[in-house]
This record gives sequence, structure tokens and C-alpha cells, in this order.
Amino acid sequence: MSLVLGVDVGTRTTKAVLYDASKEEVVGRGIVDTGHDLEAAARRAEERARQEAPQAGAADYAAATGYGRYQVSGRDIAITEITCHAVAAKHLVPSCNSVLDVGAMNSRAIRVGPRGRVLSFRMNDKCASGAGRFLERVARALEVPLEEIGPRSLRSAGAQPISSICAVLAESEVINHVTEGRPIEDILRGAHEAIAQRVAALLRQVGVVEDVVLTGGVTLNCGMVASIGARLGVLPIVAPHAAYAGALGAALLGAVRLRKRLAA
Amino acid sequence: MIVAGVDVGSTQTKAVLLDLSRRILGRGITATGANVVQAAERAFRQACQQAGIEEFDTAYTVGTGYGRYKVPFGDAQVTEISCHARGACFLFPDTRTILDIGGQDTKAIKVRGGEVADFAMNDKCAAGTGRFLEAAAEVLGVPLDDIGAVSLRAAKPLRITNVCTVFVESEIMSQLARGRRVEEILRGVHHSIAARSVALLRRVGIEPELTFTGGVSRNTGMVAALEERLGLRVNVSADSQFMGAVGAALFALERAEHQAPRSREMSR
Repeated sequence: MSLVLGVDVGTRTTKAVLYDASKEEVVGRGIVDTGHDLEAAARRAEERARQEAPQAGAADYAAATGYGRYQVSGRDIAITEITCHAVAAKHLVPSCNSVLDVGAMNSRAIRVGPRGRVLSFRMNDKCASGAGRFLERVARALEVPLEEIGPRSLRSAGAQPISSICAVLAESEVINHVTEGRPIEDILRGAHEAIAQRVAALLRQVGVVEDVVLTGGVTLNCGMVASIGARLGVLPIVAPHAAYAGALGAALLGAVRLRKRLAA
Repeated sequence: MIVAGVDVGSTQTKAVLLDLSRRILGRGITATGANVVQAAERAFRQACQQAGIEEFDTAYTVGTGYGRYKVPFGDAQVTEISCHARGACFLFPDTRTILDIGGQDTKAIKVRGGEVADFAMNDKCAAGTGRFLEAAAEVLGVPLDDIGAVSLRAAKPLRITNVCTVFVESEIMSQLARGRRVEEILRGVHHSIAARSVALLRRVGIEPELTFTGGVSRNTGMVAALEERLGLRVNVSADSQFMGAVGAALFALERAEHQAPRSREMSR
């Protein structure tokens, strides 16, 4: 078997995917908090993935992506996240034409062509207003665990709009809404809608062409998926194992390189 | 006759009392918190206590700041831009440009003959405001009042690459993990805000003298970073933080004098 390792060192979590290129299937996945040592994070994520594939030997090829991709030791190649997410989305959902990747600190909108080729993309990586961090800050201000904010936001009867764009200023605004007695659910709904509005605007810049596929950790939040769908006016498809899309894309592209190397 | 100016800021609420000769009789300052009305009353009462006068002795009160329409005893409201301009020109008569860095917004104001000629403002994003400094202080575990002095112990500022306050928090943590010193990080943080302030100032034009107002002007590290970036001395006073309230009190004095007969009668 020829084994390819795909590692996505993200700003919040690091993901590893072990891909059996001969059988064309994923044999292991691992996710860990990134922390400050990016190189160690990549190693830990790989170890976690290997727990699912104890029989797997050494990787024949290693492809790294994400903001810490140049810190991954032993990599054969470093690939941008945009390329990886496009390839993974097309692989997982062949009818995919647009990809929206919402991560902890970045959001990316990609128009995808045949075989996962990137036709155009837009990215927000300057500001936390349209990324997971915005929700993290709001959740912290409201003292609601991060994994509960999505479901709770869906219990709201009417959103409390959040007028601050800045995540830091939104925190103060949220506290004021609580003081004024607004229900937590309504404030959470408003926070989800605020991000949905910004990422939908990002996707519109490259074109909303169905099927729209969501990737990235934030898209595992059901409140976020509902808000994005409402904003776009189309039903988005959440990629299976959406958080691992970057790592999977790296592994798939790594497999192509490995095949070429073996053929040469 | 005594007049009052109350400046309800996003973070702190300030009050100042002035007499007819424009002497500052008392000052009050309190955290704004969620209830702006209570904060305004607290600051006002503090100023009265300091001046040793009764609250009903004041003839006229002008409210300003982000909560200016909520100052309950205010006889009139004036925008904070006008109040900062009036206050800065009162303390430093040759002021042509004002930089006001508050808790949640930053303003650059151009003044001509004591009047506002132009202004630019950032209130959309915490970068370049006091909140940015607060976030950095918290991550580094240094008390907010000490960060300026600590930053000045560094020989050189560390370059901060992110703009977003949230992302800078992560950047600071990774710099600490890499063994960078607290003082050089802080110096970098101050320089980052200074760079942003200079960009805002350029939108109205930088002409000396420049007067630095708002709560952040008390920070010596910020004053140094700003002077270094601008290549120019800036005016700061112990009352810089009260500049908006002083300006509001000056407006109060002007209006009280216009309706002088009635006010004097009332204050007797």
C-alpha cells in the first residue's frame, strides 16, 4: 500500500488525514489543538490519526497545508489551503461548484471548476469579524460552551441584531444586550446571522453556484449552517468530516504527486 | 456661577466643574459600565464633592460622549468632537490638530480658530483604540496602568504584523512562546497603535501643535511612540483625559452666560 499523509496546521486546530492511495480511501483522521508549537502540533495530529490505522506503516508522501504548513517537518510539499479545500470539496461532493470554508481565523470563498481546479477565490484573513473567533468571543461573553451555541441559537424566536462588526466591540455589545434582558438564544442567533451575512457576501464575490459545499470547523455548527443557508437562499451541503477538508485535499494532491514520482 | 460638563465615554465617564473664570473646581471619573445614567450621576456627584458644592448649585450642564443623550441632568448635548476641540484649545491655545484615543474609538480632529474644521474617526474596529491596549495588557498579565512604562524599557519595538485585536492576542502568545520579552512586545503594540493613529491623522492633515486627548493619552509609552512616529512633540496634560468634559463645561458656560439673568437668579 502507498500511504499519503495530509496535514492541515490551522490557527486553532491541526488536522491529519492518512490516505491509502492504492485503495483510494482514508484510513485515519486526527485532530488536536494547535497551540504554539506548530511542528509538534503536526506530529500530534499524525499520531492521533495513526491510532485509527495501527497497521499503517511510514508515509510514502507528506503534504502540508494551513497557516503552519512550512513548520511541518518531513513534508514533501506545502500547498495553499485554497487549493486543498477546492480539491477536497470536489472529491467529497462531485456536484460542487462553490466552496465556503469558515475557519477559526479565516474564511475563504472558492469557485471550483472540473477536477477541483480553483477558478477564483476571495479570502478574509485580516479581521476576526467573519470567522469562528467572532463566535468564540460571543460564546465567552455569554458564558455558553462553544459546542452549545449552535443548537441554542436555533431555539431563538427572533434574532437580536449585533451591530458591531469588530469581534472585540461585539463582546461589549453582547454584554449590554444581556444587561437589557435580551434572551441568550436571540443574541446567539444574531451573532450567527452576523457572520453568515459576512461569509455569504464573500461567497457572492466569486459566485454562488450550486451545489455550495461548506468546509472548515465552523461549518460543524448547525446554527451556522442554517444561517448561511438562509442568507444564501440555497441549501448548502456540509462536506463529510468538514473540519478535515484541508488535510484531505493535501493528501489527495499528495497522492497525485506520489503517483507521478513512482511513474518517473 | 458654576457649570458642569459630563463626558460619558464607552469605558469611563468623566465630569468637570468650572466657575466663571474658567477655573476647574472639581473632577469626577468612574467606569461607565452598563448603566450610563448612573455613571453620569456618579461622576457628577464626585466632581461636586471634590469642589465642595451642592449638586443644585450648578447653573448649566452639558453632556457629551457616546452616551450623551442619556445624561439625565444635562441641559444640552454637544458632540464629543466639538467638546474635545473646545477643551484642547482651552488648555493648549495653539492646537491645530487633535488626536483623541478613547476606550473604543479614535478620532483625529483638525481645528481652526477653536472650531472643528475636519475630523476622521475609527469606531468600527478595536484596532488602534484603548481596547487594543487592554487586550494586550491582559494577555501579557501586565496591569493596564503599567504597560506604557514597561514598553519604554525595551530598546526596540517588536513588529506586530496583525491588525485585528483578536489575532494580535494570538500573535502575542506565540511571540511569548518564542521567548520574546514582554517589554519589546509591549513597545511593538504601542507602535502599532501609533502607526494606525498617524494614518488617521493624515486624513485630516497633521499640523503642529498636536494635542493628544482621551484616556490613552495618560500612557507615557503611547506618547513616546506617537512622538517617534510623528517626529514632533505632542501636547499632553494631566487633564487630557477630562478634555471632553472640560469642553462640555466650556459650552455650558457659554450657554449659561447667554441666559445669564435667569441662571443667576436660580443659583442665588
